[in-house]
Amino acid sequence: MIAAIKKHWNRTLDARWTLPAGLAVGMVLAFAIPHFGLLNNYVQLVLIYVGINIILATSLNLVNGYMGEFSLAHAGFMAVGAYSSALLTMKVLPVAAYPALFHLAILAGGLITALLGLLVALPSFKVRGDYLAIVTLAFLMIVKSALENIDAIGGPRGISGIPRLTTLPWVFCWTTALVWLIRNFVYSCYGRGVLAIREDEIASELMSVNTRRVKVLAFMLSAFCAGIAGALFAHLLQFISPRVFDVVKTTEILIMVYLGGIASIGGSILGATLYTVMLELLRPSTVAGLLSWLPAVVFDPLDHYFIRHLGVLRMIIMPLALVLVMLFWPRGILGLREFRGFIPQRDRRSHGTAPLRRTNTHAAADSL
Amino acid sequence: MPLLTASKLRHSFGGLCALADFNLELHQGDLMGIIGPNGAGKTTVFNLITGVYRATEGSIRYRGAELVGLTPHQITARRIARTFQNIRLFRDLSVLDNIRIAHYSQTRYSPFEALLHLGRYRREEQRIIDHSRSLLALFKLEALAGETARNLPYGSQRRLEIARALAIGPELLLLDEPAAGMNPAEIDQLMELICKIRGQFELTVLLIEHQMKLVMGICERIKVLDFGETLAEGTPEAIQNDPWVMKAYLGEGAVE
Repeated sequence: MIAAIKKHWNRTLDARWTLPAGLAVGMVLAFAIPHFGLLNNYVQLVLIYVGINIILATSLNLVNGYMGEFSLAHAGFMAVGAYSSALLTMKVLPVAAYPALFHLAILAGGLITALLGLLVALPSFKVRGDYLAIVTLAFLMIVKSALENIDAIGGPRGISGIPRLTTLPWVFCWTTALVWLIRNFVYSCYGRGVLAIREDEIASELMSVNTRRVKVLAFMLSAFCAGIAGALFAHLLQFISPRVFDVVKTTEILIMVYLGGIASIGGSILGATLYTVMLELLRPSTVAGLLSWLPAVVFDPLDHYFIRHLGVLRMIIMPLALVLVMLFWPRGILGLREFRGFIPQRDRRSHGTAPLRRTNTHAAADSL
Repeated sequence: MPLLTASKLRHSFGGLCALADFNLELHQGDLMGIIGPNGAGKTTVFNLITGVYRATEGSIRYRGAELVGLTPHQITARRIARTFQNIRLFRDLSVLDNIRIAHYSQTRYSPFEALLHLGRYRREEQRIIDHSRSLLALFKLEALAGETARNLPYGSQRRLEIARALAIGPELLLLDEPAAGMNPAEIDQLMELICKIRGQFELTVLLIEHQMKLVMGICERIKVLDFGETLAEGTPEAIQNDPWVMKAYLGEGAVE
């Protein structure tokens, strides 16, 4: 019985239409939810954060997971994307054309950040591992202090009054598009080059991989995505300041990546979703809201010691959960494995002797 | 014209001279061996040819073009492939991906086509997969295509390394101790394999080896190195009777 269900499940995952169908449903939902008010504003906001965090985690995974480097620059990339696009919408774009041209500002923010990614890729030619982490941390600090010291863009006060143009359907579209781009990159000769660099850089050079070119491309793509995430973030928060993009922000993205699993797009999506939703679920108000259907006589959530102190306790619960995950899944929940639907048909077919059970593609990914 | 000419090659690590006044001439279709005690500078020769090290002095010409100063991937793209003394496969990747990676320089699509999976991407990827599979079949590894490279038995890993080097489409193949750790029966198979691929792919082969059986069995010319200096060069018979070589290998007393 279970075997039959499992087989059916596998066949469904294998089908060509599974992923497009899922995306279509998601798209319809993303447009329907705000239009018909299916979910309240708070839940919609959480969903938007989930989308932005998925972009951030997937793009950081490209450098930290697939390439095996350790970059801490991601919050810096976000900041550049956020600032450049916010300035574009506020100073350049005409107010009347906001809904139409808003995406141009987002795209421009991403492209500017990609150029900066090129700069960060240069030290990675010489430095690896812990030392590259220091270099990228320095980059993050430079970005932050530069933003703090330019008075024309608000200095430490930041920019406020950015129009709120980020909406759920558009976040869905951007997230899908960017994750698709990263997935395509990973399953190409450049993506294989990225994996080869992680395995053995000198051997990759001797197998004709142009490691410098591959590194530049990976860093630029990663920065491009982080820039767009930052741009969406700025037009959601309506207020940005250098403080928002400090090393704590980078740490959050790192947690999502390592929680979900390195070198896995499915893992990054899972990690970003879990982390974002968990943090929200562990708020006293959320728990109280979720349990409000219970009659107050039986159980009043706000009376409960545990729930009242959740605001403090969640800072213990989350790290503890993280430690446990790392103990049981040292490479993250989906580390080095991939959700089958994300692997291109060609790669699924070209691996292994028993295609239904094993797809030992990149990083010997096991199928789900 | 020789395929590869190394002249007056010299390499030192700080004050230590690893290779001095090294000359080499390889013609199309040659099968040449380099032997010598440990630390004689054999692998240094390979590292200089493939660009891992930059020669302190001297020049290496391949089809008339200078190789010194090029990066390893540029040299490899000129169809010079190598294997490693201590196996350096991409251990956590599948057997097939190991071979596919080596197609990098022959892949004809731009980063944009890769990002969108459009244009030449599909055709090229299919071609690479087909070519990789045919190489695996030649090396009797096709059943292991989806296996992680680290899980392969030692002998298969050695064969996979040679298959991966062939994926580059080389004219010159450098084999660094291909028989290391093999038993006599496996060495026989390896000798057959080297001769087979040499004929089939029209290769010029330069190999480093300690196993005399293999070196004397298939090499047409042999070069002997010791302490970075060339002791002798010649046919296997000439080398076996060379007094300098006997002195280096067997010691001073054995010659008398």
